[in-house]
Amino acid sequence: MAFAIEEYTLPAPSDIAVKMYEDSAVLWTHVQATFGLALVGLALGTAVGIAVAVLLHIVPPFKTALSPLLVLSQNVPLIALGPLLIIWFGFGTTPKLILLVLVCFFPVALSILVGLGQAEPHLREYLGMIGASRWERFKRLEFPASLTYLFSGLRIAATYVVSSAIVAEWLGAGANTGIGFYLKLKFSGFQQAAVFGSIVCIVVMSLLFFYMVVLAERLVIRWRPRPEPEWKEASS
Amino acid sequence: MSGSDSRGSTLELEGIVKSYRRGKERTLVLNDVSLTVRAGEFVSLIGPSGSGKSTLFRMIGGVEKPDQGRVLIDGEDRTGHKGLISYMPQQAALFPWLKVEDNIRFALVSTGTPKREAKEQAAQWLERIQLGHVAKEYPHVLSGGMQQRISFLRALLMRRSVMCLDEPFAALDALTRADMQRWLLELWEADRRSVLFVTHSIEEALVLSDRIYVLSPAPATVLRELVVPFERPRRADVWTSPEFVELKREVLRLLEEGHSGTV
Repeated sequence: MAFAIEEYTLPAPSDIAVKMYEDSAVLWTHVQATFGLALVGLALGTAVGIAVAVLLHIVPPFKTALSPLLVLSQNVPLIALGPLLIIWFGFGTTPKLILLVLVCFFPVALSILVGLGQAEPHLREYLGMIGASRWERFKRLEFPASLTYLFSGLRIAATYVVSSAIVAEWLGAGANTGIGFYLKLKFSGFQQAAVFGSIVCIVVMSLLFFYMVVLAERLVIRWRPRPEPEWKEASS
Repeated sequence: MSGSDSRGSTLELEGIVKSYRRGKERTLVLNDVSLTVRAGEFVSLIGPSGSGKSTLFRMIGGVEKPDQGRVLIDGEDRTGHKGLISYMPQQAALFPWLKVEDNIRFALVSTGTPKREAKEQAAQWLERIQLGHVAKEYPHVLSGGMQQRISFLRALLMRRSVMCLDEPFAALDALTRADMQRWLLELWEADRRSVLFVTHSIEEALVLSDRIYVLSPAPATVLRELVVPFERPRRADVWTSPEFVELKREVLRLLEEGHSGTV
């Protein structure tokens, strides 16, 4: 062997595969826990993001006053906030979810906020001329127009949600579940093959989340012209 | 001129003055504009581009208030009141996320038509103007002419007694445009709503209207009011008559005069 790389430095792909197979039962329960946590976190974060953006949009003084706080919420590092949340809320799922909501709501809120202000001027003018109410303007114009923006924010949130869930699990020692917990355990035991195994799980889950958002976007936004030729033919 | 059984109202503008502040200067856009659209009458407003026609529409729609002057509908002061007119803009302004039928339905519902009736009307009328087959399509698959037809239908079906059309055919090619004018006349002559129609095409104004107001360049004021004498329903070849040519020449002369008068 020319390089003499030990398994505890860099395990061969085959070692990782074997380890994952051996640990598959345990790994599966941890994956399920992390997946569930990330899913709930993303859903809550999106809901909070939409609520925040809509509130700031509808009450312009709020936008001026609270926008700096929005940025501030992203400036506190998770590793500082995590332990504090555990002190305040205990070792349950609550502090983990709060962390995930903090991570996910920001890109969603920010992109919707841009989208809500971008609604086409001539449609805005039209609604004004026919005397549509503020609520109708929101429902028929501003919100639908912001949906494409919502999804680009959601893609960012979905990309980060799994890694953030791992950090939350890594920090929140209480409940002994999740890939983050497994990762920490194996790292301490110098079982690098298992560490790489958990990285594989994290990457696969992250991709899964990302494509779930892409799929949802395709299902929700059906009014845009698509480049696929077969679609064009079907419509004529 | 006007049908006694028409569904229209009288629209009067009295001495509308409007200026905008640009930096420290005030620019006068509308200088004492007065005009009347009688019940069931088709009136065109013609003027050079940038003469404040769209600003005038914003006053009628209640989106902006004039500095001076009043907007009266059926004799009542409605200055600054929204939601009294139906409107067709230059761009079709169809909502891209709503299917064609939903575009019509939602506009009708938000202007006071009950939900079920709006749905029935949308379906019925789309069928009637031979666009039933696109009812379930999104607007972006339609041609410009089709989009304008739907936009006009949407304005026509609103429960409003005054229709304001703001250069609705300006973006269409000549062929589609002539086609649309004939189509619009047919629908309008059956219904006789009060219409105020803004255009910068003299032929279009002459083919469609009962009367024409010619506006000066900004700051806009009414240069002349012309009565278009051709009988209703309008013949498709009305533009070939000598009288038509004479009227066209007169409007052109007025527009040129107005132009040289201010520059």
